[in-house]
Amino acid sequence: MSTPENKTNGTPRIGVYVCHCGINIAAKVNVAECVEFARSLPYVTVAREYKFICSDPGQELIQQDIRDGKIDRVVVASCSPLMHEATFRKATLAGGQNPFFFQMANIREHVSWVTFDKEMATLKAKALIAGAVMRVARHKPLEKTRVPVNPDVLIVGGGIAGIHAALTIADSGKKVYLVEKEPTIGGHMAKFDKTFPTLDCAACILTPKMSAVRSHPNIILWSYSEVSQVDGYVGNFKVKVRRKPRYVDEELCVGCYECIEKCIFKKAKFEDEFNIGLSQRKPIYIPFPQATPLVALIDPETCTEFRTGKCKKTCVDACERKAIDFQQKEEIKEIDVGAIILATGFKIFDATRIPRYGYGKYPNVFTSLEIERLVNASGPTGGEVRLKDGGKPNSVGIIHCVGSRDINTNRYCSRLCCMASLKLAHLIKERTGAEVYNFYIDIRAAGKGYEEFYDKLLKEGVHFIRGRVAEVSDWTMTADEEGKLVIRAEDTLIGVVRRIPVDMVVLAVGLEPSADADNIRRMFNISCSYEGWFLERHPKLAPVSTFTDGISLAGACQGPKDIPDSVAQAGAAAAEALALIDKGFVELEPNTAFVQDEFCSGCCTCVALCPYSAISFSADNNRASVNGALCKGCGTCVAACPSGALQQNLFTDEQIFEEIRGVMNYV
Amino acid sequence: MSKPKVGFYWCAACGGCEEAVVDLHEEILNVVAAVDILFWPVALDFKREDVEKLHERELAVSFINGAIRSSEQFEMVELLRKKSGLLIAFGSCSHLGGIPGLANLFNRESILANSYKEAFSVENPQGFYPQESIQVPEGKVTLPALWNTVKTLDQVIDVDYYLPGCPPPVELIKEALGAILAGKLPEKGAVLAPDKALCEVCPRKESKPEKPQLREFKRPHEIVIDTEKCLLAQGLLCLGSATRSGCGSACVNGNMPCTGCMGPTSRVLDYGAKALSAIASLVGSNDEKEIAAILSKIADPTGTFYRYSLPASLLHRAYKPEQGGK
Repeated sequence: MSTPENKTNGTPRIGVYVCHCGINIAAKVNVAECVEFARSLPYVTVAREYKFICSDPGQELIQQDIRDGKIDRVVVASCSPLMHEATFRKATLAGGQNPFFFQMANIREHVSWVTFDKEMATLKAKALIAGAVMRVARHKPLEKTRVPVNPDVLIVGGGIAGIHAALTIADSGKKVYLVEKEPTIGGHMAKFDKTFPTLDCAACILTPKMSAVRSHPNIILWSYSEVSQVDGYVGNFKVKVRRKPRYVDEELCVGCYECIEKCIFKKAKFEDEFNIGLSQRKPIYIPFPQATPLVALIDPETCTEFRTGKCKKTCVDACERKAIDFQQKEEIKEIDVGAIILATGFKIFDATRIPRYGYGKYPNVFTSLEIERLVNASGPTGGEVRLKDGGKPNSVGIIHCVGSRDINTNRYCSRLCCMASLKLAHLIKERTGAEVYNFYIDIRAAGKGYEEFYDKLLKEGVHFIRGRVAEVSDWTMTADEEGKLVIRAEDTLIGVVRRIPVDMVVLAVGLEPSADADNIRRMFNISCSYEGWFLERHPKLAPVSTFTDGISLAGACQGPKDIPDSVAQAGAAAAEALALIDKGFVELEPNTAFVQDEFCSGCCTCVALCPYSAISFSADNNRASVNGALCKGCGTCVAACPSGALQQNLFTDEQIFEEIRGVMNYV
Repeated sequence: MSKPKVGFYWCAACGGCEEAVVDLHEEILNVVAAVDILFWPVALDFKREDVEKLHERELAVSFINGAIRSSEQFEMVELLRKKSGLLIAFGSCSHLGGIPGLANLFNRESILANSYKEAFSVENPQGFYPQESIQVPEGKVTLPALWNTVKTLDQVIDVDYYLPGCPPPVELIKEALGAILAGKLPEKGAVLAPDKALCEVCPRKESKPEKPQLREFKRPHEIVIDTEKCLLAQGLLCLGSATRSGCGSACVNGNMPCTGCMGPTSRVLDYGAKALSAIASLVGSNDEKEIAAILSKIADPTGTFYRYSLPASLLHRAYKPEQGGK
C-alpha cells in the first residue's frame, strides 16, 4: 500500500530548541546529547539548548533564527503544550512565521519527571524530538478565525454564589439569565439563621440581594427552571431552559397568600421541602416569606384538583388577580449567551449512610441543616430548639466530620462544618442554656476571625472532646443515662473512652456534589474531580475557569466552600465572563475537522458522533459538512470516517503517521 | 509495429482472478487482437525458461494475481518485474494480501502441523510432512519454501498499478486495458478504481438513516434480508462505507453486504482499523456492558474487518511470541 505523500512547500528548515527548565529537565535528560542528536535529523538546520526557553531571551533565540532566515519551522522540547504552546506559537509568529509551523515535544511531564534512569530519559527525549521534527515538517500554515461574542450571560444556580455573580454582571450593564431549579432563589444560605463568625443574620444580608435580583432590569430570573440542552461554543452558546409549570401565573401573582389560606386543606399536612420535612405545607404554597420570586406554586402530587379533578378550587376563587392556571404547561425557552457560570452548589451528606450515629432511628438525632432551621426565627419552631416531643434539650452533642475525613465515606474535609458546628453550639447554648459537647477530630478555623470565634466558644463553656464518635445509642448503663442518647467516643486528650448522655445529637454533615452534578457536567461538557466536584482549569492559577472555554465555576459546585469564599469566587467568575464579553470576540483554534467534498460518499457515519452537533448532512448533494465554528477539534469524526474523507487540521493522517515514524525510526 | 506483449501470472490465489480475465467474454478477442500474450500458465503452455529468455522490459505489462507466500512465487514475480515495463497487482490477494493473507494470524509451523497432522480430516499414517529438500537415490530434490508471513505484491517488488477486487470487476479490467493501450495512465501507484466509498453509488443509499445507530448485529443467514433497505440499517455488517466503489455494487445487488474486497480508499492506511472504528462508532449505546454485548455478535472480528487486507495492515500479522513474529 502506498504511504501518504510528503507535501511540503520546498524543503523545510527546522530549528530545534531543547530546554533545561532549570534542572527540571537537565537533571534527568542529557540536553547536550539531545541537541547533537537533533542536528542529525532531516530538515534540522539549527539546534540549540537554553536554560529557560520560555523566558524572553529564550524566545528571542527562536525569533532571531527565523529573522536570520536560518529556519522556517520550530520545535521546542520542553514542558507540556498546556503550559507553553501558546507562548511558543506567539514567538514563532513574532519571528515572522505562521504560528502553526511550531511543534512541542514534552520532555518534562512525559520524560524527566516520570523516568528514573538518565539514559532511558535521554533516549525517550530524543524519540519525542524526532517525532516532533518529522511532524512539523508536514505542518501547514493555518489561520485563527474570529467570531463575535454574545454579550449575555447565563448563570445556573441561584444560591449566594449565583446571586452575587448575577448582580455583579448585571450592574455592569450586561444582561443575565439566572436559572434556578427550586421555586425560589437563595439556596442553602436562605435556610440559615446566623452566619459565622460574625453572627450576623443570614436573611438580613441575603434577602436584600435576592430582591435586588428580582428588581434588576438586567436580570431575567427563571426560578423553578432547569437547563435542558447546551449547544454551541465560547461566545455563542445556545441554551434551552425548561420552565416547569407552577400552575400560578408568575406575572399576575403578588404573593398575597390568599389562595393558600383558602385552600380546601384547612391544615397544612404535606412535607415542607424548605424546612427539610420539619414542618408541613399545603398543596399550594410559597416556600418561605422572603421567597424570590414571591409567587405561589401548586404541587400537582398533592393538589386535589390534579389528583381527582373534583376540587372546589377555593384557591381560584380566592385569587382576585386570576393568577391560578391549572392548564399551565411546561415551557422551553431558547436563549443565546456568550458566557456561562455554573453555581449549582452542593448537597449535604446523607447521614443514614452512617447507621451507628442513629440518624433516622432515634428521633432526636438531627443533621446540622435541620438545626439551622430550628434555630431560625422564621423556621418551623420560630427559632426554638426543641426535641421531637416538643421538649427543651438540656444537653446536646454535636458530632463533627460526619461524612468527611472518613475513608468509608468521603476522604476530604468539608471545610465549613467546624465553623458551622461552633456557630450552632453557640446558638443552641444561647437559646436553650443546654450543655453542649463538640466531638471533633481537629478544629479547623482557618479564616478571618474564625480562630477568635473558637476562643469565644471555649470561654462560653461549650465542651470540646477530641475524638471520633464510635456510636450513638439508647442503650443505657446508669440511671442518669436513662431516657437519653449516649454518645460513646474516645477522648484522645485524656486517653479514655467516654459515654456522654445527651438529649439531642447534631450530626455536622459534610458536603457532597449535588445529586444532578453528573448530568450538569455532561450537559455543559466539563470535567469533575475524583469526588465529583466540578474541575477547575488549574487548581492554583485558574481556579474558576473550566476546560470548556466560556464556562466558569462559582461556589460549592467546585468544592466545599463557606459563604465568603463562594462570594469571592462568584466575583471572580463574573470577572471572567465580563472579560470575555468586553473583549468582544473569540479566536477559534484552527485545529478543526473538515470534509473533503470530493471524497465523501455520504455514508453518514460521522453525523451522529459529533458531541458538538457540528456535522450536518445534506441529502441534496449526499455530503456531510462540518461547521468550523462549532467544531472543537476532538477528532472523533475523523477517526471514524471510514473512507478518510474527513481530515483535521494539525492532525492529518500524514502528520500523525510522520510523527510516529519519527518516534520509531531515529533512536 | 508489433503488438504489445503481455503476461499473466498467479501466486497464492484461488484462480478466480484468472476467471475474471475469461469473464471478459468476447471482448477477450479484442484483447488478443490488440496484444500478444507471452505468458499465462493457466491457459497457455509457456514455462519459466520462456520468460527468462525475454529481454528486460520486453513485456509491456504483466498482471500478477495472488499473494506472495513462497520462495517460488517470489522468484517468479522478481523475474517478471525485470521483464515487464508495467507491473500490475491484479485482485485483492496481490493488492492487499487477500484471503490467503489471513494465514498471518498463524505461523508456518502451525499451518503445516494443522494441514498434515492435526486437522480432523487428516489421514496421514506415514507421517508425510513437507520438506524443502530431500535426498533421494537420484540426487537432492528441492521444493519451494513456504514463508512464515504472507506478503502483498508491493511488499516484495515494485508495483506500478493495482486492480482491486475479489476478483477485479470486468468493467475495471476493460478500463485498465484501455488506459494502458491508450497510454493514459494515472500517477504511478494508483489503484485503478474510483476513489470514493461504495455508499456513494449504493442503490440503497436513499434508505440509509442520517444517524445510523446499530443496536444488534446480525449475520446474513439469521434474517430474511430486505432487498431494498440499507443493509447496515438492517443490522448486517456491510462494509461499503469503508470500501472503494467500482464493483458495480455486485454484492449489494445480490442482497448481500459488502465484505470489503475492493480495499480502502487512497486516504486510508489500514483498512481493517478504519472499518472497525467506523462500525464501532455506530453502536447505539452508552452502556459499557450493553456495548460489549452488541459487539460480541460480530463473529471473528479480525477475519471480518481484515478479510482481504491483513498483510497490508499496519501490523501485517499476528505477533505472538510462540509464532516467532516476522
